[in-house]
Amino acid sequence: MNAELPIRPGPARGQVRESRPHDSAIKQVTGRAFYTDDIVEPAGTLEAYVAQSTEAHARITRLDVAAVRTAPGVRAVLTAADVPGVNNVGPVLADDPIFAEGLVEYVGQSLFAVIADDVRAARAAARLAVVEYEPLPALITVEAALAAGSYVLPSVTMRRGDAATAIAGAPHRLAGRLEIGGQDHFYLEGQISLALPGEDGDVTVVCSTQHPSEVQHLVAHALHVPVAAVTVEVRRMGGGFGGKETQASLFAAIAAIGARVTGRPIKLRLDRDDDMVMTGKRHDFLATWDVGFDGEGRLHGLKAMLAARCGYSADLSAAICDRALFHLDNAYYIPAVEAVSHRCKTHTVSNTAFRGFGGPQGMMVIERILDDVARHLRLDPLEVRRRNLYGDAGRDVTPYGMTVEDNVMPQLIAELVESSGYQARREAVAAFNAANPILKKGLALTPVKFGISFTTTHLNQAGALIHLYQDGSVHLNHGGTEMGQGLFTKVAQVVATEFGIDVDHVKITATTTAKVPNTSATAASSGSDMNGKAAQAAAQTLKARLAEVAAAEFGCRPEDVAFADNRVSGGDRSLGFAEVVTKAYFARVSLSSTGYYRTPKIHFDKDSFTGRPFYYFAYGAAVAEVTIDTLTGEYRLDRADILHDCGASLNPAIDRGQVEGGFIQGMGWLTSEELVFDGRGRLRTHAPSTYKIPACGDVPAEFHVTLLRDNPNTEPTIHRSKAVGEPPLMLGISVFAALRDAVAATYDDPAALPALDAPATPERVLAAIAP
Amino acid sequence: MTQASVSSRPRFLLGLEPRTLDLADPTRTVLEYLRLDERRRGTKEGCAEGDCGACTVALGECGADGVVRYRAVNACIQFAATLDGKQLVTVEDLAEGERLHPVQQALVDAHGSQCGFCTPGFVMSMYVGHEADKAAGATPDRQAINDRLAGNLCRCTGYRPIVDAALAAASEPAPAQADRLRAAAAAALPALARADTLAIEADGRRYFAPATLDQAADLLAQWPGATLLAGGTDVGLWVTKLHKRLDTVIYLGDVVELKGIVERPGHWWIGAGATYNEALAAFAGLHPDLAELVRRIGSLQIRNAGTLGGNIGNASPIGDSMPALIALGAQLHLRRGAAGRVMPIEDYFLGYRRTALQPGELIVGVEIPKLAANQRFATYKVSKRFDQDISAVCPAYRLTLDDQGVITEARIAHGGMAAIPARAPRTEAALTGRPWTAETVAAAMAALADDYAPIDDMRASAGYRLKVARNLLRRFHLATTAPQTRVHVLAKEVAA
Repeated sequence: MNAELPIRPGPARGQVRESRPHDSAIKQVTGRAFYTDDIVEPAGTLEAYVAQSTEAHARITRLDVAAVRTAPGVRAVLTAADVPGVNNVGPVLADDPIFAEGLVEYVGQSLFAVIADDVRAARAAARLAVVEYEPLPALITVEAALAAGSYVLPSVTMRRGDAATAIAGAPHRLAGRLEIGGQDHFYLEGQISLALPGEDGDVTVVCSTQHPSEVQHLVAHALHVPVAAVTVEVRRMGGGFGGKETQASLFAAIAAIGARVTGRPIKLRLDRDDDMVMTGKRHDFLATWDVGFDGEGRLHGLKAMLAARCGYSADLSAAICDRALFHLDNAYYIPAVEAVSHRCKTHTVSNTAFRGFGGPQGMMVIERILDDVARHLRLDPLEVRRRNLYGDAGRDVTPYGMTVEDNVMPQLIAELVESSGYQARREAVAAFNAANPILKKGLALTPVKFGISFTTTHLNQAGALIHLYQDGSVHLNHGGTEMGQGLFTKVAQVVATEFGIDVDHVKITATTTAKVPNTSATAASSGSDMNGKAAQAAAQTLKARLAEVAAAEFGCRPEDVAFADNRVSGGDRSLGFAEVVTKAYFARVSLSSTGYYRTPKIHFDKDSFTGRPFYYFAYGAAVAEVTIDTLTGEYRLDRADILHDCGASLNPAIDRGQVEGGFIQGMGWLTSEELVFDGRGRLRTHAPSTYKIPACGDVPAEFHVTLLRDNPNTEPTIHRSKAVGEPPLMLGISVFAALRDAVAATYDDPAALPALDAPATPERVLAAIAP
Repeated sequence: MTQASVSSRPRFLLGLEPRTLDLADPTRTVLEYLRLDERRRGTKEGCAEGDCGACTVALGECGADGVVRYRAVNACIQFAATLDGKQLVTVEDLAEGERLHPVQQALVDAHGSQCGFCTPGFVMSMYVGHEADKAAGATPDRQAINDRLAGNLCRCTGYRPIVDAALAAASEPAPAQADRLRAAAAAALPALARADTLAIEADGRRYFAPATLDQAADLLAQWPGATLLAGGTDVGLWVTKLHKRLDTVIYLGDVVELKGIVERPGHWWIGAGATYNEALAAFAGLHPDLAELVRRIGSLQIRNAGTLGGNIGNASPIGDSMPALIALGAQLHLRRGAAGRVMPIEDYFLGYRRTALQPGELIVGVEIPKLAANQRFATYKVSKRFDQDISAVCPAYRLTLDDQGVITEARIAHGGMAAIPARAPRTEAALTGRPWTAETVAAAMAALADDYAPIDDMRASAGYRLKVARNLLRRFHLATTAPQTRVHVLAKEVAA
């Protein structure tokens, strides 16, 4: 029998609600946290490089890799002909070839791969290929695709009431247009896979992915082996943000095919430029609208068109564009809506999931509309926003037919207005602007109401696996992946709470398809909601078994057995947790259990675009104050105040980290991060030297972040917490709105509607100020 | 130079341990050396171009005073051969068993890591700052921390907890492990100093690190086609990004004569091998705008490596200090073999990456005239992001005024407006002989279009560049004539 783990007296550490550090924090600060590229490679590991298309749209008339094969250090060259199974890794439709066959549809598309002793040799050899193209007309922009009627998927319309009539009958009417730029994920760790060949054609892929199960399935199809022959594992990612939901599959498949062909382990790691050129990004959108409203600024009807640049293939664009429609209302009641979503096919990289998943673009549109309405009526935009919020019966149903049952927005905004001193600052901003001819300030409060659940209903399921060992240590595994968001820490806290033991006794383990199968991506902010519940279910199963054992020992009823303070108690007796586990072993009780969860209540009908796609909503709001320079368009975020709803937080420190990080990432999307494609479809901003994410000096010195108190989830989610991964990103819209507020201050006419598109680079700000 | 006088293997300390390198590739980077040869994988590659800071390591050097000083640099673009005579400290060196360095502990306590991939780089930047603070007895404020960490990108946290951690760690003393590292360097490094040239030859490639200016001049005469390497912030990328093979490299970073920074009665002298950070005092002495400009060149890691001479040598069109040097009338001192010459820096730039430097010639230093009391000067940088970005437009102005406020001489140069940093003769003419008034400025703003035909690129459009260049002339006028008018969002009173 193993020695019992040392148990301290007193309450167990690391229960839910406690601000525990991230489980990897000490490993990360000491360089001891292993990412995929840090694993010591097995002897004989080869490295791969993927050769890419230089054309946006062309027929390949010649692809001759003979010289590549004989170059120094080269062990294999992989082309479409070398794919044992299906030459495709499309996640929804089969429209993402692993290697191009006869046709290329974006600059950066995979042509062939070189396997060599090291990546330098592979890259050098790739240059020896002879590739000839017959160029075809390329559609690069959304506008070009719209003009050509080029779509990857059919258009979708969300409709409630008669928008045209409502607009026609409204006292006021405005039309508008907004361009919203895309965003590169810029996870610090680029895409990487390490494929290890096994016996029987099996392969294990260590892969930086948010979706191990999908990688597993697609690798199996590419290799033409049963899914069970493929294992995908990930301990942690160096950031994901949606960029590793579908985008890892291509590289995992190439590494796996390389391992099959050579019989050697294959590492495929993209450098930064290749990563930015080859992988999908946040969709850029073009939106136009026609809105009718009354003199109070209340919306009567809205007709909107949202066109997304999907790139050359479908990827997740259907769900992303759906979510843009789901968030076109943001926090506001719009009586009559007709919104059409076009999923434009362009000859650019296939855009993909990115934190918010279309929601941010939908919200940007309605926030701009309300800004326009307010300026047109010479009202404070905040006042107009408040007047349009969802409210009581009659004003509580979304355009897609879901009743907003948990609306805390009016109170949340009231609290933030108070804590941020909004009204006094509104006056101070006006005074500053009157006194300063060159610099102008702007102030804005914008809300976020974000729907939680995968809108593809069947994805809302999760599994977990827990083993108890005889020393009382706990092995925890679930289908969620860790990309920095603290999921593993939160789920461990859930399990520790269930057993009433120190979280240090819960061993966090790498996600692997071999332990929990058929998992959904760690995405849609659903990680802790779903995996927390699944792990809790597994723990409760084990607890019930242990309670039986303890009850027999204590002479009490199983339901009277309590798990707390690292002990198991019943009647007037108690034993250490490990002692009970040991007794269970000797009593021949299984100490391993799976757990499973599916989100209740949700349903959605794609044909009518109605239903309850979301289990609940997460709420938040932010106030941003900026100063712009009217000579250059340069600006600073002077101050930000955030109040965000995490329900009853599982770990307030981790949630605050999500809120702050999401806000700054959202600000970057709308300010300095600019994806510039040239006329030939080449991305010109493909490294940090040209693509500028926020730096630490961009964070305001005054940055007040508070989690909404006393607001447990109205739904019985895991410990009444709320999802927090995505919603805070959209708090960054406040910065964009504040910039426009400052720009508007340069106009003599208070009803002016400055044309400011996103990202609001200094150049766009300068272009938008009064001539 | 004879064979007997050269050594062929770089010697240095890796943390506490001595190392002698046999380099099969003289351009192997420090990051490759660490990750592949030492299998020290705490140091990460995020971009391989010195922009993200995930690979930040500390380099320790022992001064003539016996004091060890550390600087943070990007391992991804430093060649391992340049470690010769130095101490390399990485994230694995800082903790003593389970006892974390204060900056590490503070990051844990402040929840300063999420995905953690950038974290080792932040730790190293914070460690170097901590060491410097302790040596100077200084306590950094938020702005100082921001400057120190501007070269470390984090995509997860939004930086607030990281900056808080750096501020919290500042009140902690240096731990025993940090003192141990410092003592090891003080003990070992003096013995590693060379008076001769380090010469590596491998795989048909050559790398020389001369110790004196004479050695450097001789080597360059022998290898006139050699790539001159200083801080590596440009040349490093030729290897990691352009995947070029450099056959012969002459590293000038060990040449003592190139390091000098001297204030003389009429000018400042900045040796070609002085890093931007070392030259900061000289720039600050010339004008506060120059100090502010240099603060925004690259990041601390880049300024700790990049040299003024290297920036001039490669004639990068994006060197932010070039317009200022032109406006100030800086003189470039060049040497070829035993012969020297002096030329105005504005005559040096001939075209995109093309200069007046002759084969076999090297830059010794720059002589920068000080401003007279009747001169007005400014230099500005406009970019998408304030920190660590490349300017879209970067002007510098020097006006000489007579007693009546009439402009007797105007020297104006811009970066970002042409393929090279270039003067604005028509704008200067529109100013010369006229009073420094709003009317004169308006005429000069119009003339800028005659001086430059800027281009559209991913940083800015031609139209924006021209408009901003014009408006910045107005900013300069307001700054010099109406100092009560706030003209820059970075000015502290706005944020306060």
